[in-house]
Amino acid sequence: MNATTNGTTNGTTNGTMNGTMNGTLGGIVDSTRAELMRLRKWPAVWIVVGAWLALSLMFGYLFDYLAYRSGDSGFSNEGETKAQLLAGLLPPAVPDVMVQGLPMFGGALVMVLGALAAGNGFAWGTWKTVFTQGKPRTSVTIGSLLAVSAFVVLVMLVSTVLCLGCSSLIAATEGHSLTMPGLGDVARSFGGGLLVLEMWALLGFAAGVLAKGPALAVGLGLVWLLVVENLLRGVGSLLSVVDAITHVLPGTAAGSLVGALVGKAGGAPGVLVDISGGRALVTVVAYVVALVGLTLVVVRRRDVA
Amino acid sequence: MDELRNDVRNEPRDDLVVRTDGLTKRYSDRLAVDGVGMTVRRGEVYGFLGPNGAGKTTTLRMVLGLVRPTAGTATVVGRPAGAADVTARVGALIEGPGFFPYLSGRDNLRALARYRRLGDEEVERVLDLVDLTGRADDRFKGYSLGMKQRLGVAAALLGSPELIVLDEPTNGLDPAGMADMRALVVSLARGGQTVLLSSHLLAEVQEICDRVGVIDQGRLLRESTVAELRGGVTLRVRAEPEDAAIAVAMRLAGDDGVRREKDGSLDLDLAADAAPELARALVAAGLDVHEISARERSLEEVFFEMTGDQHTTKEKVS
Repeated sequence: MNATTNGTTNGTTNGTMNGTMNGTLGGIVDSTRAELMRLRKWPAVWIVVGAWLALSLMFGYLFDYLAYRSGDSGFSNEGETKAQLLAGLLPPAVPDVMVQGLPMFGGALVMVLGALAAGNGFAWGTWKTVFTQGKPRTSVTIGSLLAVSAFVVLVMLVSTVLCLGCSSLIAATEGHSLTMPGLGDVARSFGGGLLVLEMWALLGFAAGVLAKGPALAVGLGLVWLLVVENLLRGVGSLLSVVDAITHVLPGTAAGSLVGALVGKAGGAPGVLVDISGGRALVTVVAYVVALVGLTLVVVRRRDVA
Repeated sequence: MDELRNDVRNEPRDDLVVRTDGLTKRYSDRLAVDGVGMTVRRGEVYGFLGPNGAGKTTTLRMVLGLVRPTAGTATVVGRPAGAADVTARVGALIEGPGFFPYLSGRDNLRALARYRRLGDEEVERVLDLVDLTGRADDRFKGYSLGMKQRLGVAAALLGSPELIVLDEPTNGLDPAGMADMRALVVSLARGGQTVLLSSHLLAEVQEICDRVGVIDQGRLLRESTVAELRGGVTLRVRAEPEDAAIAVAMRLAGDDGVRREKDGSLDLDLAADAAPELARALVAAGLDVHEISARERSLEEVFFEMTGDQHTTKEKVS
């Protein structure tokens, strides 16, 4: 080791830097930059993002198009005519296609992303390290949440572009005119889908913080999202009390928000019309706000080993 | 303990980089840290000693604001421990390095540097300080324990903080690495930085620390300079018959001033210039004197005596 240091330089430098660098906003910016750097270099993040994009394209376009070309009925839309099947693959249908897988599969994958981002910080001891880097815990946590959210936005953006690309390719291949969907419709679906993904990502992040690790958070989160809520909705058809409870659950809210965007239930797993679009929107937003608040309170108060 | 707290209150505040008062941490029914009053002065290397589970790391975590005290206060660079403007002036390696395993050592430091608004040149500087530049692009998960430890120390040095807290910094280092680490710690103090380090390696602490605090079962037993703790030079005597030698020794050194070593020799709280008088008294008593020598107690011996560790080689004869 080189035992030459410049320890004497720090006194005034740190003194003058502190005022500007430790402000909450500055802290959030610095933390977000650091978190973005480490997330974008994490293979697990790209595997999750890639998995969703692959699933989205396979179930949104590939299987239906193969079914259309082979003359069978659609993969997930049994009973539809070939013309109806093709209509669902063309650009005007993009606002529906880009969100239909979000309530369940997209949500599950970004929830895993959130749980990994937060939970591994405890498993690896990296929260301990970053909490001693001169930034308030609140700023560091908001930075991490923003970085995860940036990847959620990226998922929606790439997903939208790929949907537009695939549908345009199919339209060109099948000799249809290249009629693009209305910008307002795309924006509406983009915003709704973003909210749904953000809610699940934040839920994963909060679960990772509460569980102090990724494994339990991912396991319980997936069981909840893929199994428990569906079972509860089944029981809800028998018991009105349970039915009322399911109306405020995140899965119902996410499914109903997407259901309101596509205008129907079914078609894709998790798409519902159990509650109105307006109520679903309010519930999803409430979850987003509550999950951010819960995460910040827990991180601020908790001892970090 | 009260005496110790009074000493703390008399310290000039500007001189104290760390000051804890009645610092206590309780986990349900277990008292991990019990009213610790510790002071670390500016520019010194402070050794924090204690057996496993004594409360060292918990105390350091409270000093860094990672753990909330159940009672008491910790002040670091004049401000409450854990505040952002405090951690900006502190670098720490606590209970093993915590890094992202998929990132290289260099990228891990770059990520941390972004929190501190430091540039890549600072990352290169600290990598060079810990001799890790050559392996800086390897992934952290592929590092040996010693390399991980070096990276942890490098992270603690980012931004040349006023206070550097190192918890067992030589864990996993080979002998050469340990020697390098000692040299680094000494050079940090020479450069004006304050180092608070905990270590199990008492010889290492004896060599590089200005002052030490000894903690056991959550309580700070003693805080003083290494020289004070070692208690200066004592006389070692080996004479027969042993019982008669003990009687003579106790007459000169007092009832509490004689300790019996397991090899049968006696350790007397007498200055080196008392050796001729001791020799005359032993010979006058008709004893066979095999050895009289001046010796300095090691920090390890003092530590074992204070903590009542079973490895101590001494027993009181009174």
